[in-house]
Amino acid sequence: MGAPVIELDGLARTYPGPPPVPALRPASLVIEEGDYVAVTGPSGSGKSTLLHLLGLLDTPTGGSYRLDGHDTSALGDRDRSALRGRRIGIVFQAFHLLPYRTAVENVLLAQLYNNTPRGGRAAAAAGALDAVGLGRRMDALPTTLSGGECQRVAIARALVNSPALLLCDEPTGNLDSANAAAVMGLLDQLNAAGYTIVVITHDPHVAAHARRAVTISDGVLSEPIEAGHA
Amino acid sequence: MPSSATGLPSPRLAARDAAAEAVAGIVQRPGRAVLTMLGTVLGVGAFVAVLGLTATGAGQISKQFTALQDTTVTVEDNGPANDIAPPGTNPAMAFPADADAIASHLNGVTAAGVWWPVSGLQTGTFSGSLALSGAASQTVNMVAASPGAVRAMGLRMVAGSPLSTYENDAAQHVAMLDTTAAAALGISPARLGSDPAVFVDGVAYTVTGVYSSALRVVTGQSAMLIPENTALADYGNPQPGIGTQGEAQMVIATRIGAAGQVAKQIAAAELPTDPSRLVVTAPPGPQALQSEISGDLAGLFLILALISLLIGAVGIANTTLVAVLERTGEIGLRRAVGARPRHIAAQFLAESTTLGTLGGLIGTCTGVAAVVIFAASKDWTAILNPVYTLPAPLIGSVVGLLAGAYPALRAARTSPLAALRHS
Repeated sequence: MGAPVIELDGLARTYPGPPPVPALRPASLVIEEGDYVAVTGPSGSGKSTLLHLLGLLDTPTGGSYRLDGHDTSALGDRDRSALRGRRIGIVFQAFHLLPYRTAVENVLLAQLYNNTPRGGRAAAAAGALDAVGLGRRMDALPTTLSGGECQRVAIARALVNSPALLLCDEPTGNLDSANAAAVMGLLDQLNAAGYTIVVITHDPHVAAHARRAVTISDGVLSEPIEAGHA
Repeated sequence: MPSSATGLPSPRLAARDAAAEAVAGIVQRPGRAVLTMLGTVLGVGAFVAVLGLTATGAGQISKQFTALQDTTVTVEDNGPANDIAPPGTNPAMAFPADADAIASHLNGVTAAGVWWPVSGLQTGTFSGSLALSGAASQTVNMVAASPGAVRAMGLRMVAGSPLSTYENDAAQHVAMLDTTAAAALGISPARLGSDPAVFVDGVAYTVTGVYSSALRVVTGQSAMLIPENTALADYGNPQPGIGTQGEAQMVIATRIGAAGQVAKQIAAAELPTDPSRLVVTAPPGPQALQSEISGDLAGLFLILALISLLIGAVGIANTTLVAVLERTGEIGLRRAVGARPRHIAAQFLAESTTLGTLGGLIGTCTGVAAVVIFAASKDWTAILNPVYTLPAPLIGSVVGLLAGAYPALRAARTSPLAALRHS
């Protein structure tokens, strides 16, 4: 096994004031390949800040973040964008599907900026949709899909580049319990298939699927001792 | 280009992908796209139509007038440098007695002769009979003309014959009338055999011919033509000098294309001792005529076209800006899947440029169609200069590119965090 997928060392984010808001106090965490980690905490605790930092959508104000062995704090926008496009797949609570594009076109979007050869894109997108069980709804518009199906399209989009890290932000927040269970079952399968997954949620049922739980409260990240991993 | 730090290739957006995204962005809102393009369509269409219509119109006008204009040269007597004539009289004409013959020896001349409006009449009353003089008198322009000038005028005879060389040489009191003057003076063209006369200041002129229309000189006016020598004998030399309205002139009819050459030679041929006394007017070249006609009005319409282009640009800018604000979620998502700010800017710029280009294409087609339909309806030849017409769609592209610049900048600056929090 190579370098850990995620290695946080004193990672912190303070929003400039006045007064300055320490949204994430210096946090350290190591996530190995194949881990399935749930980050829980009440709203306003700093979950979203952590998600944005892990997803390279925001830059930390302190500490270091090594993703896949690369120290991201030393990288410029070009390399951060390259990492986002290749090594990270993000699943949002609100799905963020383009309403005028079909399911397969939405998945194709994730291959637009990362140098995927044009010829291989369609097959990869179809494969990703197959993997989430939507092989027969590839040409459906998001407006004709159920919430659960939309989230599965979003997961397919996150998977299509075989990322090192699958980041899920409240993946079941907009779903009813049946759809939520299906989506969580899919994440379990993906983890079993080897994907490293970080789920950010306030829902204990969702967190229960993970093999590791990390809590965040008032910007302080902590890991219960009994959940230590092998 | 692989990145040194991560070993991953730099994110990029291939031109073909950018174009596909732009088209997809436009196609998803077709109604809005059409409305957005309207200003550009109108602007480019107006531009093409104005240039086409002025060229077509000018082409047509020059076609109508060139035939006559290109075959007419006029020479005016500007008077001698030193006027040594006694007071109250005019100096001798610049044109020699054999002016007609000299001119007709020039290559390309079909007819030429001297003429001038006769002045110096005592009362200027014309009548068909002596008894009626005064009461039923008419005012008719009396024009002295050499036989060559009569031929060069291109008269369409109704009755009788043109003034002859004999009548001129003998300074006979004869005259030609146009149909209007003849009718006013009570002279019937059908009865010329009875030698009717016109009395001018009590002097009788026998009417030898009546004409209905003329190509040169006496066009559109009622006139009485008398022989050159008769006028000289009765009324003296014409007053020289351009602007006196009475100066002697020579009208020369030439073969098509010969006018320019004749104009160069005629002054020296007629008056070798002082050619500068004669002022020669050659027909304007077709180019000069065309630019004269298209100048003012076309300028006005081009300004209107420019204004519609400006409105088109504002329309595209506005719609693209609205699209940027509407699609912040999409922008955030694209950033999350690896797009750099420049790729976001490129996408919106490509969208606005595509809109502008489409508008330009439709506008060009509309403009060309307008010119062709207009020309066809008038049985004219449509003239479209490819130098202006073919690149016209590019005007739309430039408008779209400029209009998209600010919205694209806004899109590129959109923070992905704010964008993803959206909705």
